[in-house]
Amino acid sequence: MDTVFGMDAIVFWIIATMAMVNVTGALLGTFLVLRRMSLLGDAISHAVLPGLALAFILTNTREPFPMLLGALVAGLLTVLLTHLIHRYANVPEDAAMGVVFTSLFALGVVMITRVASHVDLDPGCVLYGVLESAALDTRNIAGMEVPRVAVTLSAVFLATVVFVVLFWKELKIVSFDPQLATTLGINADRVHYLLMGLVAAFTVAAFEAVGSILVVAMLIAPAATAFLLTDRLHWMTLIAAATGILIAILGRNIAAVYDAPVAGMASVVAGGLFMLAVLFAPRYGIVARRLAQVRLGLRISGEDLLGLAYRWQESGARASLTASGALEAAGGGVVSRVALWLLRRAGLLVKSGDSVRLTASGEERASRLVHRHRLWEAYLAKHLPLPDDHLHSPADRMEHFMDSDLQRQVEEQVPEPHGPSGAPR
Amino acid sequence: MTATQEKALAQGAVAVDAPPLEIHDMTVAYQRRPVLWDIDLQLPEGRLIAIIGPNGAGKSTLIKAALGLVPRASGRVEVYGRPIEKQLSLIGYVPQRESVDWDFPVSVLDVVMMGRYGRLGWFRRPGREDREAAMDCLRKVALQDFAGRQISQLSGGQQQRVFLARALAQEARLYFMDEPFAGVDAATEQAILAILQELRSHGRTVVVVHHSLQTVREYFDHVVLLNMRVVAHGPIEEVFTEENLRNTYGGRLPLLEQAADAVQRRSV
Repeated sequence: MDTVFGMDAIVFWIIATMAMVNVTGALLGTFLVLRRMSLLGDAISHAVLPGLALAFILTNTREPFPMLLGALVAGLLTVLLTHLIHRYANVPEDAAMGVVFTSLFALGVVMITRVASHVDLDPGCVLYGVLESAALDTRNIAGMEVPRVAVTLSAVFLATVVFVVLFWKELKIVSFDPQLATTLGINADRVHYLLMGLVAAFTVAAFEAVGSILVVAMLIAPAATAFLLTDRLHWMTLIAAATGILIAILGRNIAAVYDAPVAGMASVVAGGLFMLAVLFAPRYGIVARRLAQVRLGLRISGEDLLGLAYRWQESGARASLTASGALEAAGGGVVSRVALWLLRRAGLLVKSGDSVRLTASGEERASRLVHRHRLWEAYLAKHLPLPDDHLHSPADRMEHFMDSDLQRQVEEQVPEPHGPSGAPR
Repeated sequence: MTATQEKALAQGAVAVDAPPLEIHDMTVAYQRRPVLWDIDLQLPEGRLIAIIGPNGAGKSTLIKAALGLVPRASGRVEVYGRPIEKQLSLIGYVPQRESVDWDFPVSVLDVVMMGRYGRLGWFRRPGREDREAAMDCLRKVALQDFAGRQISQLSGGQQQRVFLARALAQEARLYFMDEPFAGVDAATEQAILAILQELRSHGRTVVVVHHSLQTVREYFDHVVLLNMRVVAHGPIEEVFTEENLRNTYGGRLPLLEQAADAVQRRSV
């Protein structure tokens, strides 16, 4: 059996072909997702059909070049018609796009059935493509058997990479602020149509190999996944591309285990990776945000305990503060308990018997906290017409969030913080 | 004067006597309904110029149409004696803050660097000088410590200052700013004003869409009173009068509304 890089040649070409599809889709998709035009890929991938039909009618072949050209024309026509209808018929852009692409798709179907009724359209091929058999349809290039689809795809892949590298700063500014781009003399429309032309070419080149699901999925999923993982454009592009390669490898290997269509499995993997990012992305993931909330809750609860102990000692109460009383006053529940445990571990609070007491370092921390609280009370008293007994609770919230910069500004405005506001609560 | 501007002057891009901005008979329509009528303006160099008027008066539209961001139905716009499209290198623009997506994955410095893209031309990447120039501009708005932050992590006032820094990085001679004081706190407002005054002291012309009548007299030298048409324009002391303000804010000219209706009806 033929091998490439020590791998079964067919397996290699399946993965390589799909990786090219995925990386191309990821690069183009990055800019579609950022410009909130994710579904344009879906629209174009349907709307290219009449272009393909026309190219077939005119040339009577299924050679890649006329097909790509036909698709390009139809793809750009979709974008142009959507734009014109939106602009001149005063129809919302998404509705204009929906009308244009469904009409063009239907037109394509009619053209194909009229002219080429003998052509067999297998729904399975449309959805999943024919990657497995396409890998067998090879040509000899420089002594190596290369699948035909891989040749076409590598051309689109290279064109996309060159486009993104050459027009990097134009793509960046046109996606972020098209108005500024225009005033700088960078033609936003030209960049837009170049991008759309590549999306159309990509759609056609990839369609035969991997089918419509993966084409649309790859224009959205890797970019959307990368969006959650970083907040720099160049990293987003690279992570999206890497995600695309990962999807190709995982998709083919999992499909082999379950004997499932490779492209279909790859789309499932893409969705799975996106869900993982939704859950576990370091900053924007659900888990990370939940953890940050828990950490904040612990900090606030701990600071409440410190403040409470400080005010208790300051008031000169004879009875000592009981742990259970403190926990109850700090909101009770698991969070307060954990916060108390953390304070004791950090050596800010000691517990002897049932009573709790601040250590020296705990007292220092607490005094700064209470200072912030009283500063804010004084500030509110000065600037808001609030009765005195309404000052405590807003200050109680603010004491946890006042950073040194804000504190300095408040101190400039209120030289004298409020004294202890009555008995400890 | 920067090297670019000296070059521009040497190439004749800046006619010696021509005003920084001259708008001839400009009419702008949305959906064929005219929103600005026959705007004729000549603005002087080295001044801070406010465009004021009620909501819907067409203040933002005026600068967008001048810049070519919305199509002009008629009229022409010249910058230093030549069509504005040929003078883009002399122009800086601060759009409204809400006009962009602040979740976009770029850093503060990235955004300021975009102000340098115009002079780079196609394909060229910003280099170290551009980076240093952008950092200088960030320093002027006191955001140098935020250079590496993602832009959504800034407050509204800080975002407005980033846009201002980006405009400074354009090193323009004529600036258009769309509500730079909108939604910023008092300290930021003073910081922005100080930068505008510094631009003026370097002979730059700054056209500002402004929404607060209280500060017009204090902040600006020159004013354009707008309500679908130019009610008056000129130096503050001459034009910023109670009568002119009443004419600007006291409702639209009823005839102008009717005329706009007629134009819209007939051209469907």
